[in-house]
Amino acid sequence: MIYLDNQATTPLAPEARAAMLPWLAGPESAGFANPHSTHPPGRAAAAAVEVAREQVAALLPPGGRVIFTSGATEAINQAVLSVRSGGIAYSAIEHSAVIEAALASGLATQELPVDLAGLVDPQAQFAPGTALVAVMQVNNEIGTLQPVDRLAARAHEAGALMLCDAVQGVGKLAAPQQADFIAITAHKLYGPKGIGALWVRDGVEVSPMIHGGGQEAGLRSGTLSPALCAGFGAAAALAKARMEADFQHLSGLSALARGVLARWQANGSEVARWPGNLNLRLDGLDVPRLMSELRDIAFSAGSACGSGTGKSSRVLTAIGLNARTARSSIRLGFGRYTTRDEVSEACQRIEAAALEQGV
Amino acid sequence: MTADSLYLDHAATTPLLPAARAAMLEGFVIWANPSSPHKVGRAARAAFEEARARIAAALGWDGEVILTSGASEALALALTCCNQPLRAVCATEHEAVLRYAAEAERLAVDSGGMVDPAQAAGAGLVAVQQVNNETGVVQPLHEIGAVVRAAGGLLLADCAQGAGKLPLPGADLIAISAHKFGGPVGIGALLVRDFGMLRPGGGQERGYRGGTENLPGALGMAAALEQGAGWLAEAARLRARLEDGIRAGGGTVVAGDSARIATIGAYGMPGVSAAAQLIRFDAQNIAVSAGSACSSGSLRTSHVLETMGVAGANEVIRVSIGRETTEPEIDHFLEAWRAIAV
Repeated sequence: MIYLDNQATTPLAPEARAAMLPWLAGPESAGFANPHSTHPPGRAAAAAVEVAREQVAALLPPGGRVIFTSGATEAINQAVLSVRSGGIAYSAIEHSAVIEAALASGLATQELPVDLAGLVDPQAQFAPGTALVAVMQVNNEIGTLQPVDRLAARAHEAGALMLCDAVQGVGKLAAPQQADFIAITAHKLYGPKGIGALWVRDGVEVSPMIHGGGQEAGLRSGTLSPALCAGFGAAAALAKARMEADFQHLSGLSALARGVLARWQANGSEVARWPGNLNLRLDGLDVPRLMSELRDIAFSAGSACGSGTGKSSRVLTAIGLNARTARSSIRLGFGRYTTRDEVSEACQRIEAAALEQGV
Repeated sequence: MTADSLYLDHAATTPLLPAARAAMLEGFVIWANPSSPHKVGRAARAAFEEARARIAAALGWDGEVILTSGASEALALALTCCNQPLRAVCATEHEAVLRYAAEAERLAVDSGGMVDPAQAAGAGLVAVQQVNNETGVVQPLHEIGAVVRAAGGLLLADCAQGAGKLPLPGADLIAISAHKFGGPVGIGALLVRDFGMLRPGGGQERGYRGGTENLPGALGMAAALEQGAGWLAEAARLRARLEDGIRAGGGTVVAGDSARIATIGAYGMPGVSAAAQLIRFDAQNIAVSAGSACSSGSLRTSHVLETMGVAGANEVIRVSIGRETTEPEIDHFLEAWRAIAV
């Protein structure tokens, strides 16, 4: 199996797994305690949580705090819920977590269009009364990099807060510096599933979404898992240490793939993009057939969450593709552990299968 | 636990069972996104759905299972998405319920911590926990459920402390957490008799809970539940020994005459504050707590004990027994308890 779907999820880094194991302990050691207990094993677990929090915070701007959540979906919902009045503006290519949370808030919403390159206009006009602007750092389907900091500056001028879904970018690129809320998840940066975080700039008000025991300074109740925190922290530390090396590796893989798939057209900007993502189209391509013929290559035709719905991609439609061309697009997602041989083999077989289709 | 320390705080969390740990390690290898349509994604989906089915089977639950990050989230989901408005909650609920219940009626408890089922009659959503996390008192949920349903209402039961140990109660919505029964922290579930009782919010879990699924967590949870509750009989024997010792030493047992789970007890030590007791136990590497883990350190008097009208509520600590607890450990604790009580 060649795995080229690193936007859906990434493999667990061995270092993250190793960091988790001491906290998946049984009765033979103290590594199972509740980090909210005040006895010594509880305090040791709390210390591990705090170490992890610092490791995660090191990927994010100074001057904010990290609230651990179950993932980015929860983090996004909590940020949106913290806005009680006014309107919410979001880009047309946001993840459904942002759009659904905005629609569920009952507040007025505004969709910010993207151009044919999949970029939001940094001069976008926000509707009067906008209280929150949500624009992602790296798009999950087409990999485009949004001008988050410039939009954040404009949001602030308009008296609004900025939420950035940095799920695909965190630990891979420098974080946006001007956002007020940043939502991230561990399993997209080679950490475990079931944990993420909401970063909140100091002085910005945030409301709890899950009430209860009052963990996370009352902002997110529920027992924290020291194992998940430690795995997240280790993955974050590794990502920070390897950021440049990973970027170079992915850039090489992307160039290699483009070389083999030279006649395919890229969806989204060729310039403002994250090299771990390649969304390509070939007019007339039958993607379901391609996928069924290449069952041992894991790639996708859009986001994992949107798969299986049969609807054409909202993101591809937003960048001007019609239903037919959107349906002849594939997403290749490279990761830290993807090898050049895998990319080379997969792309050659994809190209051969496309030729076989007569396209 | 280790040779020189004693852990009697299993209601806060309990060690991960070896079978759960092994299941999680297998789960870490199946790391694809269960929502991806490719082969590895479908394999992850199949493993996740199998884990869900195993969880339901081990619990003896024939309704729906929505996997969440834990019981707090499961309760939040039930309390904010139920089709019926929240009408009443038991006065000794966990904060995870009370924080949503500012306007709900409080069902009083007697001095033994028990709710009178007749009080619960009426339509709307009623939330009563199965087992109190501070005293171990078990509510008569079968009777309460019957009264609530007869009036067209729905019963939500916080079963964080009881699930995996006691049979599930006859409730319509049930919140559980894996790490209280030997599964991993970070996963739990809302059990729903019928999806029609909830408004969908979108996303995964058939539209009731967004977020990429935690497969290793689900596998660990299933494996832990499958280990069964055969150890409860031994826990009951150890708890009787513990309480005989405490009573003989001049201590009190909170709700001693009520139906209680064998794993949780609350004990008063006349004349010694809970804070002072904890410092002394802590110095001897004995882990117990004053009330719940979430509220420990706050030094507030427990709302549970206050509501029950327990005299000397600030002299009560919680001792909770787990699967691995042994008789020598109970005796060791009693020795320490007596030394502090003098």
